[in-house]
Amino acid sequence: MIVGDRKSLAEILDMIKDCQNILITGCKGCVTVCNVGGLKEVQILALSLKIARKKEGRPITIEENLLERQCDPEYIAELADVVHNYDAVLSMACGVGPQFLAEAYPAQKFFPAINTKFFGGATGHGVWEERCAGCGTCVIHNYDGLCPVSRCSKSLMNGPCGGSAGGLCEISKDVVCIWDMIVKKKMEQGRLEDLLRVMPAKDWSTSRDGGPRKSIREELSQ
Amino acid sequence: MSENKSGSNLEKVLRAGHFAFTGECGPPKGANVQHLKEKIAFLKGNVDAVNITDNQTAVVRMSSWAASAIAVQEGVEPNFQMVCRDRNRLAMMSDILGVYSLGARNMLCLSGDHQRFGNHPDAKNVYDIDSLQLISLARKMRDEEKFMNGEAIDVAPRLFIGAACNPFADPFEFRVYRLAKKISAGADFVQTQCIYNMEKFRNFMKMAVDMGLTEKCFILAGVTPLKSIGMAQYMARQVPGMDVPAEMIDRLKGAGKGKATEEGIKIALEQIEEFKEMKGVAGVHLMAIEWEHRVAEIAERAKMLPRPLV
Amino acid sequence: MDTFEPQIVAFCCKYCAYAAADLAGSMRLSYPPNVKVVQLPCTGRVDIFHLLKAIEDGADGVYVAGCLEGECHFLKGNLRARKKVEYVKRTLEELGIEPARVEMYNLSSAMGPRFAEIAREMTGRIKELGPSPVKDAAIA
Repeated sequence: MIVGDRKSLAEILDMIKDCQNILITGCKGCVTVCNVGGLKEVQILALSLKIARKKEGRPITIEENLLERQCDPEYIAELADVVHNYDAVLSMACGVGPQFLAEAYPAQKFFPAINTKFFGGATGHGVWEERCAGCGTCVIHNYDGLCPVSRCSKSLMNGPCGGSAGGLCEISKDVVCIWDMIVKKKMEQGRLEDLLRVMPAKDWSTSRDGGPRKSIREELSQ
Repeated sequence: MSENKSGSNLEKVLRAGHFAFTGECGPPKGANVQHLKEKIAFLKGNVDAVNITDNQTAVVRMSSWAASAIAVQEGVEPNFQMVCRDRNRLAMMSDILGVYSLGARNMLCLSGDHQRFGNHPDAKNVYDIDSLQLISLARKMRDEEKFMNGEAIDVAPRLFIGAACNPFADPFEFRVYRLAKKISAGADFVQTQCIYNMEKFRNFMKMAVDMGLTEKCFILAGVTPLKSIGMAQYMARQVPGMDVPAEMIDRLKGAGKGKATEEGIKIALEQIEEFKEMKGVAGVHLMAIEWEHRVAEIAERAKMLPRPLV
Repeated sequence: MDTFEPQIVAFCCKYCAYAAADLAGSMRLSYPPNVKVVQLPCTGRVDIFHLLKAIEDGADGVYVAGCLEGECHFLKGNLRARKKVEYVKRTLEELGIEPARVEMYNLSSAMGPRFAEIAREMTGRIKELGPSPVKDAAIA
């Protein structure tokens, strides 16, 4: 899923500082699954902002809403009747949400309440880790199911570098050295020769480096 | 391992069978050409080539290619270092052509410390290609006279290609294979990370010799004299991939007040003596960081002088 | 402010804290009338939402009182409640409001005097902190 963290209250309050009346809209997709932008989080954010504004002596009216997803126009359309009733709308979806909303309703102001971070999965209760960098040319089959693009701090195709120590990445004790894992796995499986071949330079043109991307299913286009 | 690929002094020294001795110099944190020339002057005549570092530990300094060009002007042969962190493949090929045109003949291909360690941690990191791919690229440009995309180069750069080797990083069992990989990618010579754990290094060299690697590549053992107990402890704890045995730190402590530096030099000299006799070791790479003024003394005491003229 | 009488909401679990409150009553122990008790089956039922809502509605202080750690009737409810109280403290700090206005307490059903003591302690603390900066004119 797409994982993000909520922006600080200070940053959000600054975004809405000139607003008297806002809508906070959450999303039942990824952000609900990673507990950052679902129904509960919308309610908590609304309360936190109301508390802050009351304290300032400038109370704010906040309405709450939850959309099935904010990445499909059909669901975005559900807000049509109400979206213009507010000074601004805060979206708690990933970065896609505020953009789809802004395109659908150009007359309204949409602010992101979330800093979208990565594609990842849950590795523990309340913990999510990055697993995919969206490079556009998946090569994890070459690395026994482990991805050096997203999980190596230097995205090395021929790692590990000299900074790998004790199974950890040089940048932090909280980051595992994926190359340590890849090498150990290959050694255990008796496939060390796989790593002796120099993997050629990656084609980054399929990743964000190549420009904004599009994905089309010809068989579905109308 | 006979024909000169680049004609560099370092290459000629190694191919003639001499025990090579290289040094290191970090460019200034500014355009202080005067200071750079002073540092280079300390090394002139005392080493076969001088490594010119590339934004080492991700701290911004004068570019390695520019400092290398200045070294050439000063009559000292540079070993131009390039890291993968700051440049994409276009800039790398471009800089290789540039530095070769300005007289450099040796190149060291490195991954580079992550920018998080440096003084501009907010920067976007590049890592378009990794060190293995860079070694392959340098070889392709030299031997096939082609750019990465296969287009012909209008006067190809002929560099003596080097790589780094860290026998002490993890996973330890893999390190000799990684060296083998770098050699098969095109590394002509290798400089190791500074060695303190001699036992571990002896084991590593034995594996390298057994795998036939020392016949295909010149291995230079890295030596960094420990200037103080504080430095030894810092290296032991804070530098990733560094292995400093406790006995060595104890030896410095036991030397007595004010004598740690001399003891550190003694240790380095002992190491150099052993490296001269160690099978497969073709030379020593002395990393006397910010200590260039002591290199002549160390070279003298290690009986490395005069450097061979080839 | 001598005339300031804090309004405090206490979320109490039925099995321990509320039972202790009952016991305090039977023992004729007095505790400040400022504390309004809300009974729950378990403090695990308390949500961040409830704590923030109480603050937003003008409570000067809020606390959650549950079983002693390791003795929660529903096993871990009180541990989860503590985490939520800590989240609310961090939020209040971010908003420039004293985190001490929200607290987590643990006690057993036999601890009638402790219940009264907690009520007194919290009331005293809030009296010193003064009225909540979030007071709504309508509630005051």
